[in-house]
Amino acid sequence: MKNENRALMIEEALIFEQGEEGRTGIDLPDPPEAAKKKQKLGGLRRTGKIGLPGLSEPQVVRHFTRLSQKNFGIDSVFYPLGSCTMKHNPRLNEKVARMPGFADLHPLQPASTIQGALELIDQLAHWLKTLTGMPAVTMVPGAGAHGEFCGMAVIKTALEARGEKRTKILVPESAHGTNPATAAALGFTVEAIPATEEGRVDLQHFREKLGPDVAAIMLTNPNTCGLFERDIRAIADAVHAAGAYFYCDGANFNAIVGRVRPADLGIDVMHINLHKTFSTPHGGGGPGAGPVVLAESLAPYAPLPWVVRDGQKFALLEQAEGNAAKSFGRMKGFHGQMGMFTRALAYILSHGADGLWQVSGDAVLNANYILAGLKDVMSAPFKGPCMHEALFDDRFLKDTGVTTADIAKALIDRGFHPMTMYFPLVVHGAFLIEPTETESKETLDEFIAAMRDLAAKAKQGDVEMFKQSPLYTPRRRLDETLAARQPVLKWSPPESGSPDKAAKVA
Amino acid sequence: MRYLPLTDKNRRAMLDKIGADSIEALFIDVPSAARLKGPIEGLPFHQSEFEVERALGALAAKNIPASACPSFLGAGAYRHHVPASVDHLLLRGEFLTSYTPYQPEVSQGTLQSLFEFQTQVAMLMAMEVANASMYDGPTAAAEAVMMANRVTRRGKAIVSGNLHPHYAETIETMAETTGFKALVEKPQPQKDEDLSALIDDQTSCVVVQNPDFFGRLHDFTALAAACQAKGALLIVAVTEIVSLGLLKPPGAMGADIAVAEGQGIGNALGFGGPYLGLFTCKEKYIRQMPGRVCGQTVDAEGKRGFVLTLSTREQHIRREKATSNICTNSGLCALAFTIHMALLGEAGLTKLAEFNHAKACDLAERIASIPGCRVLNESFFNEFTVELPKPAEPIVNQLAFRPLLAGVPVSRLHPGAKDVQNLLLVAVTELTTEADMDALVAALREVCK
Repeated sequence: MKNENRALMIEEALIFEQGEEGRTGIDLPDPPEAAKKKQKLGGLRRTGKIGLPGLSEPQVVRHFTRLSQKNFGIDSVFYPLGSCTMKHNPRLNEKVARMPGFADLHPLQPASTIQGALELIDQLAHWLKTLTGMPAVTMVPGAGAHGEFCGMAVIKTALEARGEKRTKILVPESAHGTNPATAAALGFTVEAIPATEEGRVDLQHFREKLGPDVAAIMLTNPNTCGLFERDIRAIADAVHAAGAYFYCDGANFNAIVGRVRPADLGIDVMHINLHKTFSTPHGGGGPGAGPVVLAESLAPYAPLPWVVRDGQKFALLEQAEGNAAKSFGRMKGFHGQMGMFTRALAYILSHGADGLWQVSGDAVLNANYILAGLKDVMSAPFKGPCMHEALFDDRFLKDTGVTTADIAKALIDRGFHPMTMYFPLVVHGAFLIEPTETESKETLDEFIAAMRDLAAKAKQGDVEMFKQSPLYTPRRRLDETLAARQPVLKWSPPESGSPDKAAKVA
Repeated sequence: MRYLPLTDKNRRAMLDKIGADSIEALFIDVPSAARLKGPIEGLPFHQSEFEVERALGALAAKNIPASACPSFLGAGAYRHHVPASVDHLLLRGEFLTSYTPYQPEVSQGTLQSLFEFQTQVAMLMAMEVANASMYDGPTAAAEAVMMANRVTRRGKAIVSGNLHPHYAETIETMAETTGFKALVEKPQPQKDEDLSALIDDQTSCVVVQNPDFFGRLHDFTALAAACQAKGALLIVAVTEIVSLGLLKPPGAMGADIAVAEGQGIGNALGFGGPYLGLFTCKEKYIRQMPGRVCGQTVDAEGKRGFVLTLSTREQHIRREKATSNICTNSGLCALAFTIHMALLGEAGLTKLAEFNHAKACDLAERIASIPGCRVLNESFFNEFTVELPKPAEPIVNQLAFRPLLAGVPVSRLHPGAKDVQNLLLVAVTELTTEADMDALVAALREVCK
């Protein structure tokens, strides 16, 4: 047998390839004999096997420990993924979220037993309103895109209440993909606004597109080029003069939190990704939370439920009645991502107003330090200063035969997670680097040195090294085309006739 | 500040390199009127770890969690035992602090566990394919309806009155905001619905639940055939995933799409979130499926590996033409599910489900013998509906002061419905003790006098 293991890097089969019938990792007491005889299944008992493998606890622990070792995380490496705000995740947040007083609360308990939970939601809501300067917030949405949907549904409902049928949403070309996807899901047509040579909204073009058919603009600020939209007040004024709403994508709130209140920029709606700015962990793809702050005129349309205060007591308004009569309805089960609220509040209380002021300052400082450290060897499409992320394009790779993806993959072998690549779409071969405030100067210096070295190697024509990268990862470059062309989305037992063909290649 | 590594000396050196006088100077593009001069006023300053822990502990202490008293709450959220090893593995930083696995070479841990998750979910539901998760059961159900609309190119969903109201309301919200029709039937705690009579050539799908909101079990095989005959899809929702350790799964009934709330395996009650939406369908529909999917492939050396795939359906590629706007989902909740399910295995899950059912049978029998109480269900898994001689909600609110969480009054979720005021949903899990059941039975005897 060929040895594929390399010290800490150990090949690990799927659980389905390891199990043995009769084994289990869970002991349960036997139900009383008398109880076992009772059956109320109405003839709907499952016939045949489910197919789940049997593993003991030590096997399961080792399996997932080994799998974890095949992952980069913020804990282990610098993770400058632009637009994703991969900052340190304090473990205190995890500890408080696991307090039985929060973790073991059933969402449908009587109000008298959940006062602390509702007070926590109210406290976090107060922080979010104060930090944004906005009068209202809904805590319901489950993630950023869900928050976008919520905010745009609020706008749509408000327009309907005004008796207006506005069909168009203006979205800058540089926007996150979720923006046009959200607008389209709500039945709006999307019109792209081009960017200027300075990487910002083309105000002239934007004004021309504004009209009585425009419902809203969806604008990310700072934008996805890492730049602050200088004309934001003029944009807001024009939007409002046209009778439309200003939706701000708050994915990049980390750049300005505690220093700039979005309300002072003229926005009407903004979602906040708690898993970005307020450091609830990303968890390999969620869960997140996407509370949405709202202007006074839009607040009545917020989704259910509402947390309301009735004298000294808190209560949940779960139906579209009373103050919530104009709500656009329910958009998920129960009351929002409580587990994320406890973590976000722990993060916020740890920092306080002074700490958050420093958060945005250091986030922006770190990004500008990277920009300054790399702009002579890479190509920055726009003039600085940048906000919390530094953007480069691939002009510096012209005629080298090396691509943005090659640099990203080579970076992996140097022990760094790649930056966001090929986004935003407005520049060619984008590198979007977001260091966040939780990285030390030493780490940034190491990263800058690694990037400078890679840029030099690309220019020296060391193409082969790049195309081979990464060399030291548990898997080398993966064939994404094959995965999409012949989708294998689950394991199948070998005898079923469709064994995993790919496995045989290994 | 303990989370911020930069010292003032660092900051000075960095500003010198940048060529800026101050951090404030880097915010030059922000309109000066909007730039604050210092930390926002009226908010407290930073606190030590123990002060924050104390503050949050004080809030937690104002709650009475379901773990601190006898609890019979269900209705879409179930308190099952989560083994200690699940949380330990979940807290490994490589899982906890990683991002969506867009760089597969450094994300094989997340990707392989997602592939295992998708396989487990497909097996449980007896469906051909599963995605990498949705926010929760209700959003998964709403996405399922929108997918059925795309597949059938129709726009009318028929929704069972016995679907969990949060699922039905989420579907209704999506119908109103995105523009399709959702006909939600009235709840039927006792009678069987005849949904097949409502299907016409405009119907994109029929949405049902098993066990239904009242805990009753159904075989939807005939309904699946009726849907198929009219070109509509059958969507089956499961709100208690543990039930599939014992019950005929949606795939065996002919479901086209099956969704579930996966919270019951690996995840805490957590006051309702974050939860775990499970989404499965027939393979022929995968290109209309919402959300992220992990697929198998090979690497440059021919070794098996995993990647996120079929991304041409997704918003970051397709933008306004995407099948859904979903981006971040419930990754870590899915991992918790996968680990817990791996520990259970076939034998463990089956036994867990048997245990839940046996306990529920026992309690149902004891409640049925209380004068004035009636158990409405002829069939159930671990939750059933009790008819009390008086309105359930005041009783539940009053018993909470003991503390005893007696169940979910149906009127809380169906406030407008007729004839449900006296109905109480009672759920039992492996964590329910004999003493808990004694306490509930005694309390119901008292209040029913």
